[in-house]
Amino acid sequence: MLLGRTANGLYWMNRYIERAENMARLVDAGLRMALTRTQSASEEWNSVLLSAGSDVTFSQKYSDYTAANVADFLLRDTSNPSSTMSSIETARNNARMVRTALTRETWESINEAWMALKRMLARPIDERDLPSVLDAIKRETALIRGSFYGTMLRNEIFDFSQLGTYVERADNTARILDVKYYVLLPSISWVGSTLDNYQWESILRSVSAHRSYRWVYDADYKPTNIADYLILNVRMPRSLTFCYRFLSEHLKFLGDDYGERHACHATAEKTQTMLRAGSIKDIFDTGLHEFLAKFIRDNTKLGDEIAQDYRFN
Amino acid sequence: MAAFDEMLPEVSGLRRPYSAYDRWLKEQDPARLTEKMQDAERVFRKTGITFAVYGEQEASERLIPFDIVPRIISGNEWRRLTQGIEQRVQALNAFLDDIYHRQEILRAGRVPSELIARNEAFLPEMIGVRPPAGVYTHIIGVDIVRISEDEFYVLEDNARTPSGVSYMLENRETMMQLFPELFQKIKVRPVENYPQLLRQSLAAVRPQSTKGAPTIAVLTPGSFNSAYFEHAFLADQMGVQLVEGQDLRVVDGHVAMRTTEGYKQIDVLYRRVDDSYLDPLTFRPDSALGVPGIMDVYRAGNITIANAPGTGIADDKAIYSYMPEIIEFYTGRKAILGNIPTWRCSEPDSLKYVLEHIDELVIKEVHGSGGYGMLVGPAATKKECETFAKKLAAKPSNYIAQPTLALSTCPILTEKGLAPRHVDLRPYVLVSDRIQIVPGGLTRVALKEGSLVVNSSQGGGTKDTWVLDD
Repeated sequence: MLLGRTANGLYWMNRYIERAENMARLVDAGLRMALTRTQSASEEWNSVLLSAGSDVTFSQKYSDYTAANVADFLLRDTSNPSSTMSSIETARNNARMVRTALTRETWESINEAWMALKRMLARPIDERDLPSVLDAIKRETALIRGSFYGTMLRNEIFDFSQLGTYVERADNTARILDVKYYVLLPSISWVGSTLDNYQWESILRSVSAHRSYRWVYDADYKPTNIADYLILNVRMPRSLTFCYRFLSEHLKFLGDDYGERHACHATAEKTQTMLRAGSIKDIFDTGLHEFLAKFIRDNTKLGDEIAQDYRFN
Repeated sequence: MAAFDEMLPEVSGLRRPYSAYDRWLKEQDPARLTEKMQDAERVFRKTGITFAVYGEQEASERLIPFDIVPRIISGNEWRRLTQGIEQRVQALNAFLDDIYHRQEILRAGRVPSELIARNEAFLPEMIGVRPPAGVYTHIIGVDIVRISEDEFYVLEDNARTPSGVSYMLENRETMMQLFPELFQKIKVRPVENYPQLLRQSLAAVRPQSTKGAPTIAVLTPGSFNSAYFEHAFLADQMGVQLVEGQDLRVVDGHVAMRTTEGYKQIDVLYRRVDDSYLDPLTFRPDSALGVPGIMDVYRAGNITIANAPGTGIADDKAIYSYMPEIIEFYTGRKAILGNIPTWRCSEPDSLKYVLEHIDELVIKEVHGSGGYGMLVGPAATKKECETFAKKLAAKPSNYIAQPTLALSTCPILTEKGLAPRHVDLRPYVLVSDRIQIVPGGLTRVALKEGSLVVNSSQGGGTKDTWVLDD
């Protein structure tokens, strides 16, 4: 038995830990693009902001899409509720609230991550330090994940936490794809230009999959393979299918434990079945953008249903 | 004014309870001790043991400083203290039961009626209500000061929601991590089982109607409350839910919490929310921290609230001055633990004396706590005294005054070695069908040289408190 408020806290704690890390990954990918192509760097930074869902709030504050501005906004700006600093702060506040549900190791790792990042992000980041700051963010969130997986009992507390992680991750991957869907569309020339290659690598890099892609597919980047990898590959830990495999599993555990199925079960299963049965060709045939837009809507709906079915508020 | 030092009194040399510790201390490399002191701070910061201080924005997550020199009490001293505390706690509960029922003590003229009737801490809603098992104060913290080898006084009774017990537990935990060898050498009575005792104690006072094992929960105002760490810590250690008002509502005549599987009944609520916020239907209507209707459930005997609403009348500073009479009235014996002589400024003669001797006295607000709104005469400037005298004269009944006692000192480790600092002691008492006192407590220490204010909100620190098994 868990308080609805505690389940809510666990869910959001994990969404925000995931988000804190995703922001660092997006900046990392943007930085790479900006380093390799100086021509339209501001366009690249704009798509990074779109993927982060922060383009509107950014444009209210800045007019220049430079590395320094975007990195500052996405990593350390506390007026941006999704920045790494805001996310880790929100994650910690939630952790504080649900502290009795966490192992000491998990709580300490979150608290230490918060302390370390607060120190590191207290002042504007020098461009030369940006790579090491991004590494540090990923390391801190990896430590949280490590102590979480290593010490938490696999019970409802774990299930609600994982639901938060995978709803956020699925949303993140789908958004990254949707922002760049046009570069993945089949074009007249099937051989990618240098520019395309950079774009494709950037997509993979923003989900930390540029190396593992080569272990699964040919060394060459192909748009259909990239889309297949990020949407349908069941082994790739940030793919939509992977996320839904675990969402369904944890929802099933909860359903079995409580002896009750809810609307969220049906929603998750429907998406999972769709992903399992689908081929990348079908997805391209119906339209990649349409597919992703619907996925994002359904994923948001799943989050709302989980909150309602388990009395988060 | 030379204070009595509990380790090294000037007259008699090293005191016995400290002899084994002193031997060990002399063998230690000072550099290593300094290192341990820093270790302690790191341990506390990492585990997030922080204490939010109201009014200090930057310090919203400040640590209470911890000193690594333990405060040591012999088995004999402890036995004496516990007898006095038990007697006092019995009297407090008897007083509360009487005040909310027949009011014999008022009829006997031992305590003035107007002190009760006009007191905000007195809850008319509790008249005629008998809490489950007849217990009012389930958890009490009694603040005790020492001024010489044999003189202990009670400074204050905390009968509402005494805090600080988590520091007692964490201080011990930290000391055992830092100096395991010390605990091999010296037999210190354990305090670690406090959460289990608390849980058993709360379970023992469940409502009569409870079927099976009672469901217990800790009610906190929320994660931004200054003592939130402690609320979470205690719930965790007891293995019970930590709830907020927003989690609770009255369902079918019982208080229930919103869980992922629907509403579940609660039988015993250890609340860390003040009386006035407990039930917006009965008390402050703007309170979002409480549970609408919980007082009706309580009056129907369907939930235990610990401590009971209205217990504040027993630890009010104006009532405090009557404690010797109260103890004698209900136990038939003189108080084993004395009170500090107290002037009630509401009495004209006392007020006159207090105003004349303002620079020698400690003056406190009757309803204040946490060291706010008080004047320490000898430490105050002439101007501060004058300003305070005006406040006092304007509303005398709002104040009591006490002599400035030479509180005992205990050494702390400073950069220049050991240095004496004033201390007090708060042992924790659990009341159910019996009275239990955990051997130890929270020693608060004024870190500033010469300061007598030990409150953590005013720059005080803490020490591990050892009761020897001798």
